[in-house]
Amino acid sequence: MPKHHVTTTINADPVEFLCSSEQTLLDVLRDVLDLTGSKEGCASGDCGACSVILDGRLVCACLVLGVEVEGRKVETIEGMAQGDHLHPLQQKFLEHAALQCGVCTPGFLVAAKALLERKPDPTETEVRYWLAGNLCRCTGYDKIVRAVLDAAGEMRRS
Amino acid sequence: MDYRSPASVREALDLLAAHGGGAQVLAGGTDLLVKLRGGYVAPKVVVDVKAIPQLRGIGEDARGFRIGAATACAEIGEHAALAAAWPGVVEALQLIGSTQIQGRATLGGNLCNASPAADSVPAMIAAGATCEVAGPAGEREVPVESIVTGPGRISLAPGEFIVAFRLPTRRARSGDAYLRLIPRTEMDIAVVGAGVALALDEKGVCTHARVALGAVAPTPLLVAGAAAALIGTRVDDVAMAALAAAASAACKPIDDKRGTVAYRVKVAGVLARRAAHIALERAQAQ
Repeated sequence: MPKHHVTTTINADPVEFLCSSEQTLLDVLRDVLDLTGSKEGCASGDCGACSVILDGRLVCACLVLGVEVEGRKVETIEGMAQGDHLHPLQQKFLEHAALQCGVCTPGFLVAAKALLERKPDPTETEVRYWLAGNLCRCTGYDKIVRAVLDAAGEMRRS
Repeated sequence: MDYRSPASVREALDLLAAHGGGAQVLAGGTDLLVKLRGGYVAPKVVVDVKAIPQLRGIGEDARGFRIGAATACAEIGEHAALAAAWPGVVEALQLIGSTQIQGRATLGGNLCNASPAADSVPAMIAAGATCEVAGPAGEREVPVESIVTGPGRISLAPGEFIVAFRLPTRRARSGDAYLRLIPRTEMDIAVVGAGVALALDEKGVCTHARVALGAVAPTPLLVAGAAAALIGTRVDDVAMAALAAAASAACKPIDDKRGTVAYRVKVAGVLARRAAHIALERAQAQ
């Protein structure tokens, strides 16, 4: 089966790649494009470690075929910091020690960014429900939730 | 495996006809990609129906709402008029999976995956929703409850697929509701699900009711006896008790790690009654 030639936009950059029908967007990001920030946890849409934003919607990259992103816009963790300047969410994750092993962190950051773009002033309950599809086995979630709320406050002030 | 993204219903039908059982319809992919990865299905071609305009978006006309079968649940949940008219249906579909899953999952997929525990299905059955089905012999419209025939099995003929769902215009003094029991607050599969839609006359007497249950039988159940317990009554405690008894009596559940047969039978009655209370309050508030 010939590979598909896909033209898309990733983190505002035009990108072209070749992929087979079976390859997921996560396979393409990590194995074809060397964008290894998105992690594979479960490969079944349960853990959220591969969260990316596809045309403004938060999705699991493991549940999207690579060929499906033809002509669309993908935002990944690699697009979050501007050079050496961390996104406020990244800075607050560091300040609150909202990560330990770090495997879930890119997914949490992308998911939290998608939340704050929709809802700049979420309640703690809203943060917890929005992030229910992101699993962390280290932190117990409290530090993550505090970091997101703190970042939301800082982003509203600035 | 090949991947095709037809731009029209006709083109999709041709692809499905050409590949027979070797073709698999792809909508949101939240079930299909897991099955592909696990080796549970091995189609020769995946037919992505999301580029077909009739399968996308939400419209409103004289008959009610039309929801494209491949519209993502997140998009449906943001439709204010639909949420106001059919809050039970919208609450049910918003219970499917996480934020990430909501960004992709579709009503067509939730129905055709044919899980007995699918959350959107009892709510749609209670609402009296129908499906527009495209196939080699043309289009037909069928009730949602006619689609699932068993776990993972559906009544669609080879080469057919669901184009859209129809929700009727909300009746005067009516309301709907869906409740699901899971042992935690999020991200789990229904132990029992109950959807109720009802309507009242000017005097508060119930003139119309539909009650549907999920996760308590091989297929979602439309429980006529539970609806009959409400119709003609003021939906008082006696009627509610009869509804709960009829709901429990209709269950044919399995024992599994999520719940025993006895537990599911009991909870089905409780949930149906609570959902009926919410639907009643919504009807009275209208």
